[in-house]
Amino acid sequence: MSIQRNDWSLQRKGIIDQERHKDRVKEAIRKNLGSIVSNEAIILSDGKRTVKVPIKALDEYKFRFDHRKGKHVGQGDGKTRVGDVIGRESRPGSGTGSGQAGQEAGADYYEAEVSIDEIAALIFEDLQLPYLQEKAKKAVQSRKTQFNEIRRTGVIANLDKRRMILENIRRNAREGQGAKFGNIKKDDLRFKTWEEVMRYESNAVVIAMIDVSGSMGEFKKYVARSFYFWMVRFLRTKYDNVDIVFISHHTEAKEVTEEQFFTQGESGGTVVSSAYQLALDIIKLRYRPSDWNIYPFHFSDGDNYYSDNEEAVRLADELITTCNLFGYGEIGEEGSSSYRRSSGALLSIFNDRLKAKDHFVGVRIDDKEDVYPALKQFFGQRGIETPA
Amino acid sequence: MIEDREIKDLEKSVEQIWEVARRFGLDPYPTNFEIVPASVMYEVGSYALPGRYSHWTFGKAYHRMKTMYDFGLSKIYEVVINTNPAYGFLLETNSPVQNKMVIAHVLGHVDFFKNNTYFSKTNRRMVESVTTHSQRIMEYEFKHGRKKVERFLDSVLAIEEHIDPHFFIKRDISAAEEKRRAEYQPKEGRYDDLWLLDKSTNPAEQQVSKGSDNEREKDQNHPAPERLPEKDVLFYIMKHSPSLSTWQRDVIAMVHEEMEYFVPQMQTKIMNEGWASIWHARIMRELDLPDQEHLEFADLHSGVVSPHKGQLNPYYLGYKIYEDIERRWNSPSDEERKKFGRAGEAGNEKIFEVRELENDVSFLRNYLTEELCEELDLFVFELADEEEWTITEKRWEKVRDQLVANMTNFGFPYMQVEDGDYDGNRELYLKHCYEGTELDMRYARKALEHVHTLWGRPVHLETIVDEETTVLHYNGDEHEED
Repeated sequence: MSIQRNDWSLQRKGIIDQERHKDRVKEAIRKNLGSIVSNEAIILSDGKRTVKVPIKALDEYKFRFDHRKGKHVGQGDGKTRVGDVIGRESRPGSGTGSGQAGQEAGADYYEAEVSIDEIAALIFEDLQLPYLQEKAKKAVQSRKTQFNEIRRTGVIANLDKRRMILENIRRNAREGQGAKFGNIKKDDLRFKTWEEVMRYESNAVVIAMIDVSGSMGEFKKYVARSFYFWMVRFLRTKYDNVDIVFISHHTEAKEVTEEQFFTQGESGGTVVSSAYQLALDIIKLRYRPSDWNIYPFHFSDGDNYYSDNEEAVRLADELITTCNLFGYGEIGEEGSSSYRRSSGALLSIFNDRLKAKDHFVGVRIDDKEDVYPALKQFFGQRGIETPA
Repeated sequence: MIEDREIKDLEKSVEQIWEVARRFGLDPYPTNFEIVPASVMYEVGSYALPGRYSHWTFGKAYHRMKTMYDFGLSKIYEVVINTNPAYGFLLETNSPVQNKMVIAHVLGHVDFFKNNTYFSKTNRRMVESVTTHSQRIMEYEFKHGRKKVERFLDSVLAIEEHIDPHFFIKRDISAAEEKRRAEYQPKEGRYDDLWLLDKSTNPAEQQVSKGSDNEREKDQNHPAPERLPEKDVLFYIMKHSPSLSTWQRDVIAMVHEEMEYFVPQMQTKIMNEGWASIWHARIMRELDLPDQEHLEFADLHSGVVSPHKGQLNPYYLGYKIYEDIERRWNSPSDEERKKFGRAGEAGNEKIFEVRELENDVSFLRNYLTEELCEELDLFVFELADEEEWTITEKRWEKVRDQLVANMTNFGFPYMQVEDGDYDGNRELYLKHCYEGTELDMRYARKALEHVHTLWGRPVHLETIVDEETTVLHYNGDEHEED
């Protein structure tokens, strides 16, 4: 029998295995990016730093009873009677239950708490601005010190011990004393030295256009906004020097603030060419193509005013020839499949009639989970063109 | 932080509590107590034993427990390890009274571990064993890659509960068998061919003598149909899986050994907690605490053994049943005197007998009475219309039977191996022995995928859904059902 108190300050097992768990969470997130990208909790997170994401892959699957089909024994306060209701089952997907009567066991999947930055890092891993070109007007992006050379002289604080040991062993071997470490001479010393690196990056502007006409229902607006949510985040994380211009349109187009862009709803018909015309005007006025990489994106349901299609195609062609890449996303009804695709929607018209398709990317989105693939299509890895 | 003076005081208390416990007739192993910070407490709590192998599921449990503690949502006062000598961990932020109560409670557990018959085969040096397991698994991770070992453990852990609690009998038999075989090996000599003659008349023995080492191993691995069905799914797969390599079988063997250690604890949760609670209460009463401390204790104790609304508190239920047994054997009713010949004044003796012989299932079946069911207001509840948890039964025998049914096989579905050469194709056929509650089918399919990982060939699971026999099939690519 004894009482002890030991020093446990180096005990780390729990924390180390917690890291293993985190690794698994990360891996599961990577696999589920499609559904996470369009998760309301994130898009509507309002600047919160962490969100809860359901992750099915992390359940510890076992053979177990169906909790909802079983009979359980409980204890009351002495006054219970047959027929009393002691708890309510939450509907699947509507959050946790009342926490009574062991219903927790019925919870369907594990929810991981992850920071939005972590998710963003995973999403942005392979994204970039495609066809980025060097333009005449350069902007200084950053100044960085980089250790990139080894010299025989230098500041002692920058001594490269590993190299020094190698050199020492090598010299000993050369001098016939066997390849072993010892007897360090000044000759063996190696120092890391650095260089200041300036990174230049070309100017870029992204023109985000959104259709806010009456036919853009809740789902469609949500899809367009979640795309832009990630796009804006992506551009601001990866590039220091990217301008973003927000344009919303129905029958008329206007430049709006970021906040208006993400919150305002409108109604009315759709004249797509109005937005493209405004984009072209803005380019002419503020972003000369010789100085800027320009990326217009447009989200719409493709339901354009019939007589405007001709003009829309013409202006789209003009955008494509002026800009690095023109992205067009067409959002269908939630869960609908291809039946609308063949109708007079804009995407099929673009596909048929655009002249310069090389730098045009058109995607169709029928489901929230299509947002992530769309991001990848617009910003996926492509050959970087060198200026002619 | 606890001062040295407090440790001295605590040492005195331990001696005192030990004396009182012995006087009451408790017979625990010597117990070492250790004062630890919360992070260590929750670590031991989430791994169930100190020094166990690493796996993300432990990390997840640790994180959850630690977070609950950090937010003040739940707190573990004590963790006890069933070894000889036993270990009790005390949280460094415990007050002196909390520590005294925990020490008394721990001694109750240790007495139970030592004397309850379901623990009679327990490895009392399990901490050493799990430490070597942990080292071995670390070596495998080094050799085969962490990810590979971790994924493999995922699959093993998916079926870890499906072992045979009476596995030691099997081990004894196979040990005896080995011994018999070993003794049977004749010495080498000039007339060895005569032995062969003898054996050829006995086909069962023939294989053993003829085969080279290689072939013998193959024989062992090939499923032996006469031993089926087999309750110990984990053991069967370890022994007969057509696809596992040696290190993988070793990992299963280690998990199996650890589960053998934990199963008795899973089988006696209510009894064990009830027993520890009844003795911490009685020991504390003997300690002659100052008024202030006594109040604090009373408050703590009522927290431990209070009914949780809606749920069953194992501490409380066990506590009440022991008290009831003692009362009924101390002063039996006229009926009990006549019918069962109970003389009275035998309560203490009786509860010690019960703590030695029963597990939760038999404890509840034998000693949960009508009066107790009523007093505790126990009921059966189920989900009505997929929405409302509704009380559907209050008749005490039904309640008791439901409770016993839910405790059977420590609350897990009873699975067994029906065939390891199903369809003549080395496929594995498992059967869920349906006893009224359906499996969670989504989980069953996923768990079956894990079984497939272990078996390496198509696997099948028979169960009952909507009162119809259903067989799930999984071949590594897709699920089928008929």
